[in-house]
Amino acid sequence: MKRKVISALVGAAFALVAGTAAAQISDGVIKIGVLNDMSSLYADLTGQGSVVAAQLAVEDFGAAKKGMKVEIISADHQNKPDVGSTIARTWYDTDKVDVIVDVPTSSVALAVNQITREKGKAFLVSGAATSDLTGKACSPNTIHWTYDTWMLANGTGNAIVKTGGDTWFFLTADYAFGHALERDTEAVVLKSGGKVLGKVRHPLNTQDFSSFLLQAQASKAKIIGLANAGGDTINSIKQAAEFGIVKGGQNLAGLLVFLTDVKALGLPIAQGLIFTETFYWDLNDATRAFAKRFSERAPRNNYPTMIHAGVYSAVLHYLKAVEAIKTDDGTKVIEQMKKMPTDDPLFGKGYIRADGRKIHPAYLVEVKKPAESKGPWDLYKIRATIPAEQAFRPLNEGGCPLVK
Amino acid sequence: MEIFGIPTQALFGQLLIGLINGSFYALLSLGLAVIFGLLNIINFTHGAQYMLGAFCAYLLLNKLGLGYWWSLAIAPLLVGATGVIIERTMLARLYKLDHLYGLLLTFGLALIIQGIFRNEYGSSGLPYPIPEQLTGSRNLGFMFLPNYRAWVIVASLGVCLGTWYVIERTKLGSYLRAATENPALVQAFGINVPRMITLTYGFGVALAALAGVMAAPIYQVSPQMGADLIIVVFAVVVIGGMGSIMGAIVTGFGLGLIEGLTKVFYPEASNTVIFIIMAIVLLIRPAGLFGTQK
Repeated sequence: MKRKVISALVGAAFALVAGTAAAQISDGVIKIGVLNDMSSLYADLTGQGSVVAAQLAVEDFGAAKKGMKVEIISADHQNKPDVGSTIARTWYDTDKVDVIVDVPTSSVALAVNQITREKGKAFLVSGAATSDLTGKACSPNTIHWTYDTWMLANGTGNAIVKTGGDTWFFLTADYAFGHALERDTEAVVLKSGGKVLGKVRHPLNTQDFSSFLLQAQASKAKIIGLANAGGDTINSIKQAAEFGIVKGGQNLAGLLVFLTDVKALGLPIAQGLIFTETFYWDLNDATRAFAKRFSERAPRNNYPTMIHAGVYSAVLHYLKAVEAIKTDDGTKVIEQMKKMPTDDPLFGKGYIRADGRKIHPAYLVEVKKPAESKGPWDLYKIRATIPAEQAFRPLNEGGCPLVK
Repeated sequence: MEIFGIPTQALFGQLLIGLINGSFYALLSLGLAVIFGLLNIINFTHGAQYMLGAFCAYLLLNKLGLGYWWSLAIAPLLVGATGVIIERTMLARLYKLDHLYGLLLTFGLALIIQGIFRNEYGSSGLPYPIPEQLTGSRNLGFMFLPNYRAWVIVASLGVCLGTWYVIERTKLGSYLRAATENPALVQAFGINVPRMITLTYGFGVALAALAGVMAAPIYQVSPQMGADLIIVVFAVVVIGGMGSIMGAIVTGFGLGLIEGLTKVFYPEASNTVIFIIMAIVLLIRPAGLFGTQK
């Protein structure tokens, strides 16, 4: 009996020593939680694809070879801030998750942003859009990776106003994201001498847009700006075609459109749409190779959206930072990520600013005509490249308290 | 001329749009009301069956090259047949139990069906073209009405009134109604009540599928399309009075109109207004506008 007690004590002591020897990686595992919409209107552009992207990043980083144990878990936040918050808390408190990635739906992302800061963990946003994440809600524990509402407004808004689209009517999703996108786009329109003739706010996940489209039609605005995303954008564009909006001389501006949305609409309806993205699979050999690998594992062999690419790039950089400072302490890793320049096959070289904004170029794209498309995913023409320095909001204009 | 700052012309357009959306509510709540009225089953699979109708149309077009008009006939038959199978193998075992069991079973089925289709087809949905004969739109003076939407109102009104007529005014309908009141007695007259009930469920499901085919060219054909709609449709049925055929039709169109007006005057509330009305109606008339207290 006595011997057993002693051996148990010795064992425990060894375990303690071993614990400290494995440096600062909490419980020996780097646990990545992919939190997004797995079942509703944003599931194709984030969803399971983001999990695949994170897995590819872990493999390309070579975690196993370097002796680092990385685990990926995922959950569906159903686009509800309360559901997302509960998952984030459970992950951090009981499941030992070190970093949460993706999180589309700005209202959910803002909630997770706050919780991550309280818990001193790390949050890498790819899916959410609101520029407030690097503005008034910026946090030392959050990096906003792929795109944001300011960048979309600046890219698409500018391009459209320059080509004569100077009167606007907004169709806005009625929550944090839509409001931010509308606000940022309106600022661009007004700054370039344009006018906003009206706006209407629709509930998230609306089926029928005809009533709103009729109001937009009556406004006689040259441009109908769609400050919504995913299924909402798809239905707006489809029904706008039905009501002959474009034939009547008005044009649609999809402010946030993803590859999967265009695919779902089909080229006959989507052709000619102009919008801004930070990633397209057909940019160069490296992006094409990634798209091929991604597609082999993704649900329905989909090609990657910019959100998927962002998850890949963010996780890769995160792991590099953890490797460099040998800890997975959230605040320290984010600090290290900001110190190190970024470099990956999808976004090229870039860096992360003090406010948590990842900087890379953006692309103004146009949807191809059916005759121009050579394959099921050959959907965009690149019209212009917006250099990294001009693509995002200047550091001093966001009102982020971290910027001194 | 203006009403509350909205030009009357624009208002006409909005009312018409409301009616179009109301046609879908009416068609779907009609099926639900038929099933509830005659089987006492709260059919939560209804939204999934509506989605199945749309997918059926999509698959018929893309796999077999059969267009919209064929789908209009075939999809309700196929989906109705699956309804018959569900009724025979599962629902028939639950009639003696509390409503809740039927509700749970159908709700579970809906989740399974939607999950399977989401896995297979993703969430963004699939495009379905408007049939050639109905493309284009006509200028009504106060708005451009797409021809297809006009067809939806006409077709839905026709189907609704036809169903009402069969159930309330024909001999077959009187058998059906009698069978719900006193199945044993009707059986004693030599009428095969279980078969009649099975076919009724199949018919209710076929109505959902028909609505699905009609919705396919307007909305994306997507696995979630029914789930988004079904809650509203249940509210419509509750407001109209559970099981009341006319109630379902009138409230379906009526609430479409009210929702349409909300989209003009206070769009933010457009997805809650129906539930506010439901709460008020339940407070004042717990059995619904057209329902009778049992």
